Amino acid sequence: MDEGQLSRGTKAWWWVAGVVVIVYALFPVAWIVSLSFKTPSDLATGNFLPTNWVWDNYDNILAGDAQELFLSALRNSVGISLIATFISVVLATFCAYAIARLDFPGKRLILTTALAVAIFPVISIVTPLFNLWRNIGLYDTWPGLIIPYLSLTLPISIWTLSAFFRQIPWELEQAAQVDGATTWQAFRKVIVPLATPGVFTTAIISFFIAWNDFVYGISLTSTEAARPVPAALAFFTGASQFEEPTGAIAAAAVVVTIPVVILVLLFQRRIVSGLTQGAVKG
Amino acid sequence: MAAITLKDINKRYGDGFHAVKDVNLDIADGEFVILVGPSGCGKSTLLRMIVGLEDITSGELRIGDQRVNEKAPRDRNLSMVFQNYALYPHLTVYENIAFPLRLSKTPDKEVDERVRRAADLLELNEHLDRKPANLSGGQRQRVAMGRAIVREAQAFLFDEPLSNLDAKLRGQMRTEISRLQKRLGITTVYVTHDQVEAMTLGDRVVVLRRGVVQQVATPRELYENPVNLFVAGFIGSPPMNFISATVSGDRLHTPFGEWTLPASRSADLRGREVVLLGARPEAFEDASVVSDTVRDHGVVFDATIDVIEWLGNEQYAYVPYEAPEDIRAQLAELERELDSEALRTQLVVALDASSRIPEGTPASLWLDLRRVHVFDPETGENLTVSALAERGEAEPNQGAGDGRRPAPGPGTTDRTTTEPGEAPAAS
Repeated sequence: MDEGQLSRGTKAWWWVAGVVVIVYALFPVAWIVSLSFKTPSDLATGNFLPTNWVWDNYDNILAGDAQELFLSALRNSVGISLIATFISVVLATFCAYAIARLDFPGKRLILTTALAVAIFPVISIVTPLFNLWRNIGLYDTWPGLIIPYLSLTLPISIWTLSAFFRQIPWELEQAAQVDGATTWQAFRKVIVPLATPGVFTTAIISFFIAWNDFVYGISLTSTEAARPVPAALAFFTGASQFEEPTGAIAAAAVVVTIPVVILVLLFQRRIVSGLTQGAVKG
Repeated sequence: MAAITLKDINKRYGDGFHAVKDVNLDIADGEFVILVGPSGCGKSTLLRMIVGLEDITSGELRIGDQRVNEKAPRDRNLSMVFQNYALYPHLTVYENIAFPLRLSKTPDKEVDERVRRAADLLELNEHLDRKPANLSGGQRQRVAMGRAIVREAQAFLFDEPLSNLDAKLRGQMRTEISRLQKRLGITTVYVTHDQVEAMTLGDRVVVLRRGVVQQVATPRELYENPVNLFVAGFIGSPPMNFISATVSGDRLHTPFGEWTLPASRSADLRGREVVLLGARPEAFEDASVVSDTVRDHGVVFDATIDVIEWLGNEQYAYVPYEAPEDIRAQLAELERELDSEALRTQLVVALDASSRIPEGTPASLWLDLRRVHVFDPETGENLTVSALAERGEAEPNQGAGDGRRPAPGPGTTDRTTTEPGEAPAAS
């Protein structure tokens, strides 16, 4: 990031533009955070900052009435999303490798099918799935959500990863083979490390898709056994039936955002690190 | 270390393209062999077949005394330097060089020893902890070589290793590779399209054209006795001059006068109407600086020089001339095959640096007839070299043990029976 070459004026404009974008993007987040610290009576005042900063909402979801609902949902969400991400990345890695490296009949078919599945509207298959899952006993279970999540995450994983694999110089693998590697060793010792940034990017995208899903989450679960956070938020109740649980929902939303932020921060360096720089002449 | 033997090697791609045709080659243990030819001549394909990255359609490849056709690259124990180096970007220089050793589960202590030795040899010591991305082109090239020499491979294979370097570095690395090979004494096969590399590095040079071996010989033999027009045109810079001549008895009619070849260069020209004479630029000289002792071996003729390039140690003079249309078409075709383009028929003449011939005026030039070759314009065969071979005067072509002469046309061995008066029709 060599900013020294930019003139003062250009630099200032970049700052202004950057701040505008950040404010636009983060304002709703800031609002949610502020909401989560407000007392119920403070909710409707329309002030941005709470009059009294209180931890009641967090108490409520983590230790109070909504605790049971929220914590189990959090556990479900983390578990289901991680498993779905893991399976989809592993499968997509093999699939994309084959697509990028080998010539076999039906290659295009796989890619088009993946795309077709991704285009298919989720809402249209929820009802049949609901019936099917109830009949075969997958309703309200973790696998019952992981399988449909795979249908969302696999296509995009296959597409991103095969694009990534295509950029890796083919000659590296040949060089490894000449150096004495088996096909598997060449894949594991040369291709996998180079593909890692791509795999992590894909993993994060998959995780978000699974983490943010609402339609499957609310339709295919009925109890705490498998209900994920986005669905659980809809079941929050206020102190009385006339009171909206806005504060609790805001607090839950903040808590749910934290793992995502951590995830991005953790993997950011791996994603950014140069992909195939220096492999071949440059 | 081992000898490499290629026997009737063929490569035919799935789309029917016949990339390599019946290649026979014996590479002796410790020999440095160059595969050279214009782009698309099959030299890289041949190398990749030796290393095992390309299947062999037919024929037999032996390394040492083992048939290796069916072996995977890793079982052939060869090491290769790729054109774009193919370094592992996620590994340090040290680990890049150590990679083959790690794969063979060499103990750490030995790995360290051997990597350091290779790094010493290539002067990479201070870069061992860096990643390839932070290295210059020449350094990357050395890392690729380090990875090749760290292992006790049976042979080294180089695929145009210097083509990505700038001219100066290329010269240095060329010397470095030559030194390294002599020091390690390992059989080496080196692919290049650069004839300077071919001439300077190799013990023997294999010239390929459209997948067919044209000539296998030492660089000197290749330069002095090219077997056909293609080799003659490919080796040498500036290239050999080709002058068309009509035959009448012993005399040759050229655009520059009537010449008679000395007995040492003469070929059987009976029944021929047109031949091509080949003379390298240095066979010419400014007539005024030729000493009297050698003057009689050549002819003096007048020509108009239109451009002179003075290089300090010598100078090149360009003499345009008119050639018959069919000869011109043929020379243009040859040029195309050699990856260049002929704009006009001209002589390139190397003159002594002290010569003061001015541009644009008629000058008196001398041609040493002892250094002239006679080519068959149709088959491209070098008649002088064939005649020498028949009289047993020429150095036999090493390597191509069966004495095959890969001129493209048929009937090259019994050319005395060629139909007389077969003038090249306008093509």
